[in-house]
Amino acid sequence: MNYTFQFGEVMAELPYLLGGALVTLQIVFFTFFLGAALGLMGALGKVYGPTPLRKVISAYVIFITNTPALVQIFVLYYALPDAGILLSSMAAVLIGLTLNSTAYLTEIIRAGVVSVRQAEMDAAIGLNMTRLQILRYVMLPHIAKTIFAPLSNFFIWLMLGSSIAALFGVEELTGRAINVSSVNLRTIETFSVVAVIYIGLTLIASMSLALLGRFAFRVKARVF
Amino acid sequence: MFERLLFEAPDFFTYHNVVFLLEAAARTLGMTLIGCTVGFIAGLLIAVLRQSANPWTLPLRVIAIAYVETFRRIPFLVIIFIVLYAIQPLLEDASLLTIATIAICLVSTAFLSEIVRAGLESVPKQQIEGARTLNFGAARTLWYVVLPQAWRVILPPAIAFAVMFIKDTSLASHIGVVELTFSGKMFVNRGFSPLLGFGAVLVLYFLLSYPLSRLGTYLEKRLDPSRRS
Amino acid sequence: MTHLDVRDLACSYGSEKILKGVTLSAEKGEVVSLIGPSGSGKSTLLRALVGLTLPSAGEVRVAGKAVDYSSRKSVRELRSQLAIVFQQYNLFQNMTVMRNVTIAPTTIKKRPKAEVEALATELLARVGMEAKHDAYPEELSGGQQQRVAIARALALQPEILLLDEVTSALDPERVNEVLDTIRRLTEEGITMLLVSHEMSFVREVSTRVVMMDDGKVVETGTPSQIFDSPTHERTREFVGMILKH
Repeated sequence: MNYTFQFGEVMAELPYLLGGALVTLQIVFFTFFLGAALGLMGALGKVYGPTPLRKVISAYVIFITNTPALVQIFVLYYALPDAGILLSSMAAVLIGLTLNSTAYLTEIIRAGVVSVRQAEMDAAIGLNMTRLQILRYVMLPHIAKTIFAPLSNFFIWLMLGSSIAALFGVEELTGRAINVSSVNLRTIETFSVVAVIYIGLTLIASMSLALLGRFAFRVKARVF
Repeated sequence: MFERLLFEAPDFFTYHNVVFLLEAAARTLGMTLIGCTVGFIAGLLIAVLRQSANPWTLPLRVIAIAYVETFRRIPFLVIIFIVLYAIQPLLEDASLLTIATIAICLVSTAFLSEIVRAGLESVPKQQIEGARTLNFGAARTLWYVVLPQAWRVILPPAIAFAVMFIKDTSLASHIGVVELTFSGKMFVNRGFSPLLGFGAVLVLYFLLSYPLSRLGTYLEKRLDPSRRS
Repeated sequence: MTHLDVRDLACSYGSEKILKGVTLSAEKGEVVSLIGPSGSGKSTLLRALVGLTLPSAGEVRVAGKAVDYSSRKSVRELRSQLAIVFQQYNLFQNMTVMRNVTIAPTTIKKRPKAEVEALATELLARVGMEAKHDAYPEELSGGQQQRVAIARALALQPEILLLDEVTSALDPERVNEVLDTIRRLTEEGITMLLVSHEMSFVREVSTRVVMMDDGKVVETGTPSQIFDSPTHERTREFVGMILKH
């Protein structure tokens, strides 16, 4: 096999690729926080809501978590125009990933909500705390501690999963890798460099999340 | 949008189309099964290797750890691209399905080796010591004592992984493997309503994934170690 | 000929020295008991003898033949002569009582199944557990599990039996059933090395008592010598403390 690796051509495009990493992070942060907010509502709805609401949320979660995100975004991108809604690639990806994440996050947060022990709730009610105070001082700290690890894992998973945006032409990290390699034809080198960038991103994210967990939420986890 | 769906449905659900969809679904299922089987066996080997204390295996162990930590931190799409472009000069007439399957096995091995490793480590050390003092070699200890106890801890996360993996195979559609997602794209390209085409695909994925997911939840409850009296 | 001969055995855990040169011996049929405060190295000694921890220095001879702990072959041969029962009953949780006892002779010594099962039944009867041969360890009490563990150790027909604080993890009511089993074994003439806190039992069944402290043998003697008239100061301290209870 007569193939010499030439990383020089890829490294010249490094700023461009790192710009893609930035777009990836934007997608991830947007999707994660919006999904978490919606997921919180979904979780509360599923635990405290009336039965019809619970069934709808259940059905939503079950359907979304058992089908691929890629096809979900295909539906948004290709099927909505029939109904008159034209979405750009980025919009379709953001909406699709957010809707997808909401389902998973609803489940994660719900597990946290139901883990609050009735005894603590009773004690708080007995101390004449208002519903809002109970939420703030009893439930949220406990829930936060319980869900921190699964949320961290989901965040990392989302970082990697955001790469499907490339299949719609979005110029995040993987998308830019495709662009670069289609020009310099050094596909293996380009994608290897991009792989290393992803590893770097996820390692930094894991460590940061572990540190955050230790100091803000007192959740013990391996930092490295 | 829905009128179009209803209008086209009879043309969509012809015998040929349905068979085609089912074949594509079979391909999705096949990739998942191969990925999980190969991944489990290779993952088991890696997990056992990592437990070895033999100094001669140290270089292999370092490679194994590097492999596992790396392939769990790269997007599956990127791995598919790398495998695609790396294999082509080596195996000129490798089919797209082969390439996709190789990529799948690389990823599943990395993830499953961690799941197996957790299972092996969950067996109390005293069980292994008891086997050693009875002159059990490493292989016998693994077969007779460790694995029969470890599988309860391994199975639920392994099934959860398989459920996740069925969805990941949809990325193989990008390189042209005729699996379920690709077949959806094909129908839409032929002019069918995207809602119909991709909707059918979504339903089929659901039918593959949901029973497995329920099985996983059921097993998780039944195999819960704290329930053993 | 001395059955078990240990000379200057040393053993470390990382940088920490646990055994600092232990010398003791046992004749055939003797019951040698090891006593001493926690951390004196009694359990480590047994573990080192059976090859679970690699000794760093010293010599061990079984029936006159030296053991090479760095040689797998030598260690395997050693383990067919020396059997150990631990404090935390190491029964295999995934096998029945009968299977626990028969698995080693059938898979490793490759003896015929019928023969091994007959032997197992007899051994289980000796420890009083033959009725439970089909039970799983999780269905048994601690004392019952220990008795099965003893039967399992005997199934390989060892020359020397090592018992490492086998009653320490049991409820007080269960301790006696295990001590009874051990007492009967001592009457059958098997060579034993016993680590125990049960001083009255030790006094009753031992032919010799070895007092250990800080990784070394402090004093050796007959039970009456050690308990009634100990010569070494540490022995006196230790025995004095225990007998007060």
